[in-house]
Amino acid sequence: MDKLEYTALGQTVYHCVLPNGLNIYVDVRPEYTKQFAFFATHYGGMDLRFRDEDGSWLETPAGVAHFLEHKTFDMKDGNALQLMAANGTDPNAFTSFNMTGYYFDGVRGFEENLHTLLSFVSVPWFTQESVDKEQGIIAQEIRMYEDDPASEVFEGLKAAMYTRHSVRTRIAGTVESISHITADTLYQCHRTFYRPGNMVLCAAGNIDPQRVADIAREVLSDAPAAAAVVDHGQPEPAEVGETFTRRTMPVSIPMFALGFKGTPAAEGTGLRQRLVAELVCDVLFSPSAPLYNRLYEQGLLNGSFGSSYYAFPGCAWIMAEGESREPERVRDEVLKEAARLGAEGIDQALWDRLKNAAYGSMVRHLNSMEDTCIELAEAHFNGEDYLSFPQVFQSIDRADGEMLLREWCVEERTALSVIEPEE
Amino acid sequence: MRQHWKRLADGVELAVNQTDKFKTGLLGVTLTIPLDADTATAGALIPEVLGRGSRNYPDMEKLSAAADALYGASLGPVVRQRGESQCVSFLCSFIDDRYALDGSAVLEPAAKLMGEVLLDPVLQDGVFRRDYVESEGANLADRIQARVNDKRSWAVFRLIQEMCAGEAYAVDKLGNADQAKDMKPEMLWAAYRSLLSGAKVNFYYGGGAQPERVEDAVRRAFAPLLTGRDAPVCCQVIAEPKGPVRTVTDAMDVTQGKLAMGFRTGGITVESDDYPALLVCNTLFGAGANSRLFLNVREKMSLCYYASSALDKLKGLMVVSSGVEFAQFDRAQEAILKQLDEVRRGRFSGEELNAAIRSVVTDLRGRQDSQGQMEDDRLTGLLFHCAAGEGEALAQEVERVTADQVAEVARKLKLDTIYRLTGKEG
Repeated sequence: MDKLEYTALGQTVYHCVLPNGLNIYVDVRPEYTKQFAFFATHYGGMDLRFRDEDGSWLETPAGVAHFLEHKTFDMKDGNALQLMAANGTDPNAFTSFNMTGYYFDGVRGFEENLHTLLSFVSVPWFTQESVDKEQGIIAQEIRMYEDDPASEVFEGLKAAMYTRHSVRTRIAGTVESISHITADTLYQCHRTFYRPGNMVLCAAGNIDPQRVADIAREVLSDAPAAAAVVDHGQPEPAEVGETFTRRTMPVSIPMFALGFKGTPAAEGTGLRQRLVAELVCDVLFSPSAPLYNRLYEQGLLNGSFGSSYYAFPGCAWIMAEGESREPERVRDEVLKEAARLGAEGIDQALWDRLKNAAYGSMVRHLNSMEDTCIELAEAHFNGEDYLSFPQVFQSIDRADGEMLLREWCVEERTALSVIEPEE
Repeated sequence: MRQHWKRLADGVELAVNQTDKFKTGLLGVTLTIPLDADTATAGALIPEVLGRGSRNYPDMEKLSAAADALYGASLGPVVRQRGESQCVSFLCSFIDDRYALDGSAVLEPAAKLMGEVLLDPVLQDGVFRRDYVESEGANLADRIQARVNDKRSWAVFRLIQEMCAGEAYAVDKLGNADQAKDMKPEMLWAAYRSLLSGAKVNFYYGGGAQPERVEDAVRRAFAPLLTGRDAPVCCQVIAEPKGPVRTVTDAMDVTQGKLAMGFRTGGITVESDDYPALLVCNTLFGAGANSRLFLNVREKMSLCYYASSALDKLKGLMVVSSGVEFAQFDRAQEAILKQLDEVRRGRFSGEELNAAIRSVVTDLRGRQDSQGQMEDDRLTGLLFHCAAGEGEALAQEVERVTADQVAEVARKLKLDTIYRLTGKEG
């Protein structure tokens, strides 16, 4: 395996590509008690239309990736969750917009558990009976999201911002959409997306990287397999579909999500755009920047407020979310401040301080093996090296932030989603 | 990792977990007082007001800028309930000196900043600034009222309020919304002075620095706090329900019902010899992917989207929390109790027992990989004198737990109160 040294960060990562196309990353941490493994496919809730093996385009209902995540734990002779839990590990999985990841951590039996992880994820076993039963469980889960105002305000924002891109879709689908899922749908999607060339394996802890590669070679098929081809919809216009959307739910104070629709990063520049966009979030929304404090002092915002940057193939946006009795005034103030910063420039001392802080927070993030493995996997799917972030930071200056502010944070690219209390 | 402990004054302690494994250091100061309806609101509000500004950094913008300059040191107030105590903390996480881009020390300036925030607030007429108290009071009231937004935790919160009514345990660690809104600067200032002089004080550091260096930084930054005090920490354990099982039902506009059930543990707490068996029992019954609740009630019977149990190791409680369809309340409740009954009768396999033991052991040992969990464990251990019952020693006791012991502690669990959150009709 190739040994990658990141001396500034005190990290060592081993990497290799198996003949079947699987990429493996191992983050060796001798002083950690737990071991962690993360096996992920580049397939998530927004991947609805894709090319089948025979070259034809296939359309699938919303929620298949998430449904598949639930059913992947089924094995011909039992359930992987219980098999691994019996070995004292804590296996779990998540589905995001463009990734489904399976993982476990534990303090013993790492090799055995890795073996189980790789085999249950790569060998599908679905019956119509078990699919029918899962429909009930997932319908309950979907209803729970529908009762969650934080989730609904986010769904409202996406649907307002995007008119065509499949990121509009709910990751878990709807009770209606999942009713169309059959065992065949699951097999088809598994065949397309759960092949080594479309997947990545990341592991961390006090483990031997070569053993990780050996076990992957033993368990997975040798046949070379390429990444899947996916269509996320017609190109999106730069501006949002709707600038405002609202509904009522039982909340105590109105909740809002404010989005600025961005331009997707050019290939190989995703990490750079992320760092710039996150710094722009800080310039606008950080407690050490002027705007946030003004809004807080005027009582327009409270402590439950945060911002983040989202990017997936074909889409990117900045979102601020929180509680406010006057969400529209918050939006207007943010737009005004963005215009001012775009025109007058960002204060250099503020920018430097925020950059320092952002670097420190990414270093802190590395304490977690879980977070590090997930970042390595995401960066891999984007064709990038996550741990190069110290160098990328050095290449960024405030002009990058100002350009992004001028381009993205304008009225026609802004959408506001609000959940209002019931009468 | 090496553990150090030192008494700096009566009721004032410093604990250090020295390890190089993290990229960051974590420094914490915790003031602990009894949970009491008369003082809880002030206890929760004080750190929020302090977080608005110190004399040197009088507003949030300047204060955050000072933290950002320390590579984004995250300095935040945390209010925790531990047993029947309210723990008011400031925790500061900052990158280890090794990763500072300019090679400068971060621990000392971070400690200094924390000390200023806690002990040297910005003042107006000799008390807290009125506008800070008013806006933080309003925010705290909002947070208390926002508890209802997350129905899963709301159901458990309501269960505890009903089940432990009249016990200090049921007092909300955030206090009361009306009191928060009406708080006056003079009242809060008096509460702050008595918190500083009367609370139990625990300093904690986890990270790569030497304990002597930490002690020195703490002594310099927090000098006014290093005075002796008599601050006992206790928690009243009620072994058995006071009467027959009570069912409480609330109706709200929700699409999924919540069912929460509270049990008394027969007096078993972290200090009991039975505690390792109770940990295993809880996991076998209701925590994790191999538990009875997950496998039977959720997976096999599809009665709940989630169903799990959790312990309060200080108060001696077990709480089952589940999400169910309205039509299934009775069936789900029956199924949950039936599973517990099976455990009481010892009707579980050796495999289930082993899986539960491994899961508990994994959790106990794995906590050493998290700086936040290490802080929390050390604080709880020191406050309740159960340091010996944490981590590795406890893990070894758990490994020796037998099936009979699990069944025996399960028989001690007594159902006290049931809480149902149901939909509104029509």
